[in-house]
Amino acid sequence: MTEHGIGARVARKEDKRFITGHGRYTDDINVPGQAYAFFVRSPLAHARINRVDTAAATAAPGVIGVLTGADVAAAGVGGLICGWAVTGKGGAAMKAGAHPILAHQKARYVGDHVAVVVARTYTQARDAAELVEVDYAELPAVIDLATARDATSVHDEIERNTVYEWELGDQAATDAALGNAAHVTTIEITNNRLIPNAMEPRAAIGQYDVGTGQHTLYTTSQNPHVARLVISAFVGLAAEHQLRVVAPDVGGGFGSKIFIYAEECVCLWASKKLGVPIKWVAERTESFLADAHGRDHVTKASLAMDADGTFTALKVHTTANMGAYLSTFASSVPTYLYGTLLAGQYKTPAIYCEVDAVYTNTAPVDAYRGAGRPEATYLIETLVETAARETGRDPAELRRRNLIQPGDFPYQTPVALAYDTGNYEAHLDTALELADYNGFPARKAEAASRGKLRGIGLSCYIEACGLAPSQVVGSLGAGVGLWEAGKVRFSVTGKLQVFTGSHSHGQGHETTFAQVMASKLGVHYDDIEVFHGDTDQTPMGMGTYGSRSLAVGGSALANAADKIIEKGRRIAAHLLEASERDIDFANGRFTVRGTNREKTIGEVVFAAYVPHNYPEDLEPGMEETAFYDPANFTFPAGTYVCEVEVEPDTGTVEIVKFTAVDDFGKVVNPMIVEGQVHGGLAQGIGQAMLENAVYDPASGQLLTGSYMDYCMPRADDVPSFDVSTTETACTHNPLGVKGCGEAGAIGSPPALMNAIADAVGTRVSMPATPEKVWQAIHGSAVAQAAE
Amino acid sequence: MYAFNYHRPSTVQEALLLLKSAEDGKLMAGGQTLIPTLKQRLAQPSDVIDLGRIKELVGITEDGDAVVVGGMTTHGAVATSPLVEARIPGLAALAHLIGDPQVRHRGTIGGSLANNDPSSDYPGAVLALDATIVTDRRKIAADDFFEGMFDTALEEDELITSVRFPVPAKSAYRKFPNPASRYAMAGAMVAVTVGGVRVAITGAGPCGYRWTEAEQALEGGLDPAAIDGLTVAADDLNSDIHASAAYRANLVKVMTKRAVEALA
Amino acid sequence: MSEVSFKVNGSAVTVDVEPRTLLVDALRQNLGLTGTHVGCDTSQCGCCVIHMDGTSVKACTMLAVQAEGSAITTIEGLAQGDELHPMQAAFRDHHGLQCGFCTPGMIMSAVDLLQHNPKPTEREIREWLEGNLCRCTGYHNIVKAIQAAAGSAVSSPMAAE
Repeated sequence: MTEHGIGARVARKEDKRFITGHGRYTDDINVPGQAYAFFVRSPLAHARINRVDTAAATAAPGVIGVLTGADVAAAGVGGLICGWAVTGKGGAAMKAGAHPILAHQKARYVGDHVAVVVARTYTQARDAAELVEVDYAELPAVIDLATARDATSVHDEIERNTVYEWELGDQAATDAALGNAAHVTTIEITNNRLIPNAMEPRAAIGQYDVGTGQHTLYTTSQNPHVARLVISAFVGLAAEHQLRVVAPDVGGGFGSKIFIYAEECVCLWASKKLGVPIKWVAERTESFLADAHGRDHVTKASLAMDADGTFTALKVHTTANMGAYLSTFASSVPTYLYGTLLAGQYKTPAIYCEVDAVYTNTAPVDAYRGAGRPEATYLIETLVETAARETGRDPAELRRRNLIQPGDFPYQTPVALAYDTGNYEAHLDTALELADYNGFPARKAEAASRGKLRGIGLSCYIEACGLAPSQVVGSLGAGVGLWEAGKVRFSVTGKLQVFTGSHSHGQGHETTFAQVMASKLGVHYDDIEVFHGDTDQTPMGMGTYGSRSLAVGGSALANAADKIIEKGRRIAAHLLEASERDIDFANGRFTVRGTNREKTIGEVVFAAYVPHNYPEDLEPGMEETAFYDPANFTFPAGTYVCEVEVEPDTGTVEIVKFTAVDDFGKVVNPMIVEGQVHGGLAQGIGQAMLENAVYDPASGQLLTGSYMDYCMPRADDVPSFDVSTTETACTHNPLGVKGCGEAGAIGSPPALMNAIADAVGTRVSMPATPEKVWQAIHGSAVAQAAE
Repeated sequence: MYAFNYHRPSTVQEALLLLKSAEDGKLMAGGQTLIPTLKQRLAQPSDVIDLGRIKELVGITEDGDAVVVGGMTTHGAVATSPLVEARIPGLAALAHLIGDPQVRHRGTIGGSLANNDPSSDYPGAVLALDATIVTDRRKIAADDFFEGMFDTALEEDELITSVRFPVPAKSAYRKFPNPASRYAMAGAMVAVTVGGVRVAITGAGPCGYRWTEAEQALEGGLDPAAIDGLTVAADDLNSDIHASAAYRANLVKVMTKRAVEALA
Repeated sequence: MSEVSFKVNGSAVTVDVEPRTLLVDALRQNLGLTGTHVGCDTSQCGCCVIHMDGTSVKACTMLAVQAEGSAITTIEGLAQGDELHPMQAAFRDHHGLQCGFCTPGMIMSAVDLLQHNPKPTEREIREWLEGNLCRCTGYHNIVKAIQAAAGSAVSSPMAAE
């Protein structure tokens, strides 16, 4: 390990601009002559739009134009798409309702984008928006997930509000095992709806150059290349080669900025139509209403075991809320990112899963940090914990009994995935030791002496990351391949520019990728600069989500570096008058094996650009691109242990210790990895204890539409965390890495919820608010008597 | 925000004249509630009259057996005032729990009381300490001030100039914050005053109120167990997505008991 | 429109704004100081925290006209030339930031904390940050950074643990 190479704790390159106020986020960019957009949004959850009268708004001061769904339809603008066609039972096609960039004829959730006002100033646009008169005929709002399929149609042409009914696994074998089981644990469980709340609200600037026909879109995106593809190929606003998408500094995403949204499309479309660059920045209220939300499942599941506690079958039925429209990747979340993960870390031989995806009059639901995998983990780890308690077994030992063992890899699960490697018992043991699991009874007794209820809870999670082999996802309905590309460009003076199709919005690519290059090529970290986010500057990539940047994008760069080394080897052989076969490369030096004759990579690069003495049949220059399509998913896994103390008289839960042990494969920058885990843990704790998106069941109004009512984790809600790693290197990518971005959010909710259940003796639903915990302690009878 | 005319008077008299002459004027104290309200276009005043430069409204003084807090004194100033900490530490502690540090640096006691948010903290102190609200034209006893949700005894054009807190023998405030907003879901201030033990509840009902049963129960001494036997009726308490009335009723008892424990 | 004059990061400025213009918008749009961010509309996220007359305030919950005659420091004014303020350096050295969006407000708030309380406990730091939301870091390393800036012995994440 070098000072700045793979494995080193290196301060981040990107930090200087952020800590000095010189970050450049979309709202920090202003283009000459820009106008401002404000969206008129539906105040009703479900309504026919009879008429939109824009006359008064159009005449208001500063207004350049007011555009509606009718204008979009008249212009033949395409709609937003869902890029993953999930095939249902019996080969039934997924039912995707039209999703126009401005609602036409019908509004389907509170916050649906009905019209846009473009004016010289933001204030003028907002003032004029109040003058847009929309004649709505209100329809019954479909809000309750359990009854949505029997309610009014959200999309008139789609029956029973059903997107698909999907299944995975062997139903007959599962049913048979359930019938023969010594013990069956059955639970009904809700995975609460979340609102992502990246701190930077979404924003966009659309710009059209009349002279060149070029379109430019600055947008808060996790995947600018995918935005460009969708906006050109499906929404049809510009040919792909005439559209530049720039995602500059982006203030967090957590999934919510993967998706192609209406507002950015409208800014781009209207900029050409109205002849001005157009900027839009969401107010936080709009983020709550109109960013894609996450999770929102109701599930019934049964776990079967034999007499000695070996799991024999798992059967799951889930209803997943898709909201009013299918967002970009929505269909894949409760299926290929959920059903396929239901084996967890366990050797359950028979698994059968059914998922019904339904429309409701709520904001679209799509991937949010973890995306499907937190839902799977929460389900499995609640079942296992409940089974242990029902049968009087130690929860840790029941898990241990059923773990897939190191000798079992590669392990084919009954739900499609083939895990390449892992050592689950290693992180279980480490976590139990770090958490002092055996010392818990004494701590519980001590807490009881202070009047506190103390509980401990475990979670053993696995995730499938590093999305994903293109042929596999293609066979499952994905509309794109999920490879990445990287380009490595030496300058004449030996400095290195690295271009990735991936995108960083907090993950630290500029640092991590530079460390990979420093290790690979022996160039000093300070002489490496990483570029991302501009489709005109970087090779195409599929973006950053699913903990895939390093495993896929980093692997592409590693392969590009290998190409550089191979070319350098030829040049060095020429310069050193040796055979290529005899040239070794290490630490930035090409050496003739067995001699002290060498050329530094700087000298070789110089020769490539000033090829006065150079191989005759070799191109000059030192710049290589590699595309990398992963051979498999990666499978990070870990064990989390949470310990809580509960105040019986208020139900307040304090997390007194949280231990996370993860196997992320090789770790490039431990400091960054730890930071990713910390952040994921806080988000998972948020889901478990604090956060909940609530719609009024009758009106469909969002009741948690601001930080006054949507409870974000604050600094005093979470503890300092104990995080560490164990390591089994990924077997199929050049870096041996697995991905670390989502683990914390995946593994933490069940650990915390299991700890609360341990403390109070009964399960509580997420989020475990003080009132719910208090009711659990005192019984609903006591609580009702107090009313 | 809708457009408005802005005024920055330097005296109370000037502020009241501006308010009188405005079509639909609004006094702005610290602005920590008003500005978010305006941003969300929930109010559309013709004129905003900023009290921020009226020096006579700012400051904390001792006046005999009372601490007098100027209407435009910030929560932060009350929380960190050596005088308040020395004479009524319970009041300083309460002010320290209002909002977050930046809100405390701008938000004022007069603005908070005039707004009378049901989940604000100051009503607890004003009621429990038997404070007097001093306005540009009269003095209002604490027990007469809070009339309902966002409703007070203040006239439309009346301005709080100061709040006079008689120094109690001791006082303590305990608050259970709403996990999201951090406003009080239930707060209890218990004070031993010249007139006896006073118990004030905020956050739980439409506005702050005195819990007279608790006061009676504590007359015999500050025994936390005295609260145990009481029943809090949930009927008139707030119920929302964060907490049912029944849970708030429980919190009223628990917070009161904890405040008593702090004093015992 | 109203003319408002104040000092920003040591320089006297005058901006011409509507009375309804927020201070944060005057800083960002009229003065180009885009380091101060806007993350919410209910005064809770703290992305906009600046110092006014030496005290931390939320620039989204003040009108620009209220700043008349005051002295404002924004994140851009914290470093002395190339020399980072110790709090800025601590955030970098302890990985107290990821996406960077909350960071300016977080740092300005933290600097004010140490003005009020030079040696805060972990609990005091966490409570002080009630008005600053971060979605990336889980606050763990923010707390460590502030402890380090306060001179507490904190193990550096840059050193292997």
